[in-house]
Amino acid sequence: MNAPIRPDTQLHTRADDGIATGDDLLVTENISLSFGGVRAIADISFDVKKGEIRAIIGPNGAGKTSMLNVINGFYHPQQGTITFRGNKRRRMRPHEAANQGIARTFQNIALFGGMSTLDNLMTGRITLMKRNMLWHAAWFGPAQREEIEHREAVEQIIDFLEIEHIRKTPVGRLPYGLQKRVELGRALAAEPALLLLDEPMAGMNLEEKEDMSRFILDVNQQYGTTIALIEHDMGVVMDLSDRVVVLDYGRKIGDGTPDEVRNNQDVIDAYLGVPHEDA
Amino acid sequence: MPAEGTIAPEQPETFPQYLLLNARRFADRPAMRHKDYGIWQSWTWAELLEEIRIFSMGLAALGLKRGDKIAIVGQNRPRLYWTFCAVQALGAIPVPVYADSVAEEMVYVLDHAEVVMAIVQDQEQVDKVLSIADQLPALKKVIYDETRGLKDYDHTNLHSIDDVQELGAEELKKSGDEKWLESISKGDGNDLSVILYTSGTTGKPKGVMLSFHNLTVSAINANEFDHLDETESVLAYLPLAWVGDHVFTYAQAYIAGYCVCCPESMETTDADRREIAPTYFFAPPRVFEVLLTAVMVRMEDAGKAKVAMFHYFMDVARKVGEPILNGDSVPFGDRIKYWLGEFLVYGPLKNRMGLTKMKVGYTAGEAIGPEIFRFYRSLGINLKQLYGQTEASVYISAQPDGEIRADTVGRPSPDVEIKIHDNGEVMYRSPGVFLGYYKNDEATGKTKTKDNWVHTGDAGFFDNDGHLKIIDRAKDVGKLDDGSLFAPKYIENKLKFFPNIQEVVAFGDEREFCAVIINIDLTSVGNWAERNNVSYASYQELAAHPRVYEMIAEHVDQVNHDLAGEELMAGSQIRRFLVLHKELDADDGELTRTLKIRRSFIAERYAPLIEALYDGSTEKFVETEVTFEDGRKGSISANVLIRDMPLVPAKKPVLEAAQ
Repeated sequence: MNAPIRPDTQLHTRADDGIATGDDLLVTENISLSFGGVRAIADISFDVKKGEIRAIIGPNGAGKTSMLNVINGFYHPQQGTITFRGNKRRRMRPHEAANQGIARTFQNIALFGGMSTLDNLMTGRITLMKRNMLWHAAWFGPAQREEIEHREAVEQIIDFLEIEHIRKTPVGRLPYGLQKRVELGRALAAEPALLLLDEPMAGMNLEEKEDMSRFILDVNQQYGTTIALIEHDMGVVMDLSDRVVVLDYGRKIGDGTPDEVRNNQDVIDAYLGVPHEDA
Repeated sequence: MPAEGTIAPEQPETFPQYLLLNARRFADRPAMRHKDYGIWQSWTWAELLEEIRIFSMGLAALGLKRGDKIAIVGQNRPRLYWTFCAVQALGAIPVPVYADSVAEEMVYVLDHAEVVMAIVQDQEQVDKVLSIADQLPALKKVIYDETRGLKDYDHTNLHSIDDVQELGAEELKKSGDEKWLESISKGDGNDLSVILYTSGTTGKPKGVMLSFHNLTVSAINANEFDHLDETESVLAYLPLAWVGDHVFTYAQAYIAGYCVCCPESMETTDADRREIAPTYFFAPPRVFEVLLTAVMVRMEDAGKAKVAMFHYFMDVARKVGEPILNGDSVPFGDRIKYWLGEFLVYGPLKNRMGLTKMKVGYTAGEAIGPEIFRFYRSLGINLKQLYGQTEASVYISAQPDGEIRADTVGRPSPDVEIKIHDNGEVMYRSPGVFLGYYKNDEATGKTKTKDNWVHTGDAGFFDNDGHLKIIDRAKDVGKLDDGSLFAPKYIENKLKFFPNIQEVVAFGDEREFCAVIINIDLTSVGNWAERNNVSYASYQELAAHPRVYEMIAEHVDQVNHDLAGEELMAGSQIRRFLVLHKELDADDGELTRTLKIRRSFIAERYAPLIEALYDGSTEKFVETEVTFEDGRKGSISANVLIRDMPLVPAKKPVLEAAQ
């Protein structure tokens, strides 16, 4: 008889890295990014503190996704520095960012459509696997043990996100809202220190949004994962986040708690729209 | 058999006592399984005892006393099932509550039962209970199973089951379990075991009080009736607060010592059933309907050879499946064919539905369509019907093996006496009869007579074989002008079993004859229209199509033939019918939210149509106001046709005393 597993509710995270909750986890200083003549981001500085939910908002084309891409090393800014967990860096490739503990989801879902939910989540564990490809090809022995360990971690995430019923379903067949949840699951599977969410609620109905909000809060609370998210739904942003940074035309126009941002005249102008003077 | 004789004195009388017994006699047998983290986790009876003991002692340490009431809110999770026994071990009384009831509904039950603690599943339920806590002066503690999201809550009066068990484990280490065992041995068969609130389709819910004796006798009888022992396994997926679940997965399991399996989540029930393959299975008719539809839809997409094979062997099964199951004699050639079919079709099909190992299955709660019933039986699945009530600890009547018919609910269960009251109402008396409604003597007096006969509120009769037939709620049963019995739901159900018919409302009480209003099933009839080149733009147009009328008339005629064969019902054959120009809709108040028809409302709303049914006209123009889903109102008008039906002469009456 297999003895019942006592649920180990605390997923292992890379949260225990010597940085205390409330200290800087990520600091970006004077970041500028241009594509040819287009300035996507101009001299932006902000910080993400450990354990918080940080929102990045702004109208279309404000440079939010570019900022996220800079943070996870997909774009390389022409100027400025990024300090993550105390390490200053100028250039980094995405896989290095992933290895350092940054995971993300995408605005347009980027899952492996033909693979099952379970397999998609397992791919999230790849940076944590120690055995190389040959070991895994042979499978027996250490690689098998390792896979069982990772499967256990993935099962905890499946339980956490309540996606047991689609464990074996190819994700391409799932409705959009569930795919988003699977993508969050894959990012979580990497046990990130910083989780970047690019419009986690885009295209969802009210109920799905409520569910997703709850999951984001729970991830933050239970796993202590620091979250930076981009979102358009103001209600969601103001409810979820501890602090908000507002971008407009590549510039930072506001930074602070939801209440501060809500009363910031620049932010109101940017969202309600005022005539822009030609630069 | 007298009730008292069923339990020998040295026998356990309460479920905690049975737990101690099972931990000895079935120490290494699985008592419970739960799919968690993708794996079936299991507990043996010995392990279950350990878990329940520390849980129970923890509850005692938190101040739970003999006679206290404790609410259980949630889905079928192992630890919620343990709660029943842990609470009863202390002499306290569990009160399971429907997990999906909204806060306002829950207030009434929790307040009425004066619960001092609530054991709930997760954050959602914690929030719900906390939101009404100020209306519940008696409530002192809330205890939860799943910890997610609850870390930052104020934990002064909020505890996780883990914490409670830890508390109990410390207590056990410190002072042993003598006190706990003593408290269990104090338990008596006549003690109040559980309060089950009836869902209350009419008025406020009533708390049905059942004693240990009520439940144990019913469970022992049921286990004997179907030869259930410790080797069974069942899937726990029905609401905890429902008496069926309490008896099938708690009472009977503790007494027989069989294994209860909790699915991973509500959505995975089908997959989990396939993995467990329960040997004893209970489901309302809807579950069987859904399973069958899923199979049929997939067969339509299958390759030609497979479809041909499926239909060929299903024909074989229809012919000989039931006789083989009933143990009747069947020609050898047919047996070979059936055996081949078992290998090629029935076996895989049963495997797909998770019914491979099913020894006996029950459907109850509502009438099941005869076609569906026969489908499962012909596959060799021993599906039966029973009739029961919370007030009876479930069992009133059940079908014995080999005497199975789609339209009866069987013979009286062991130890149960049934009689038909003068007004046609079914009454029963049994050791399972409830103690009374909690804090509601008036309702108790109305339901239970002084010599322990209980009014079911259902009208029924015994057929010629001594099988009970339930026809309708007693208050809905009326009489036609000529004095013959009129049971609207009985007629409606007969019609609704045709896939083409979605909804039926029958009229006839204090009228000259029986007439019905019919709603066609748009999916099914639409499908038929597509295949037969009948074009239509809307429900209304399809409903008025002459060929649809033709089709419905055939169905009505068949029902009339059925009715003609039944002595009591022959008088209420359907004389006239019409197909309504709009679908009955909950938004318009014609159906309840649980999709039951609101008879009196419909009678009022369509008064002109009903008048037309009885004044002989063949068509009637009506205009009806409708409410759209967004709340806007509009109206639709139509010329509704009315069709006359020929009567079928009643078959020769077979007279025999009904009891």
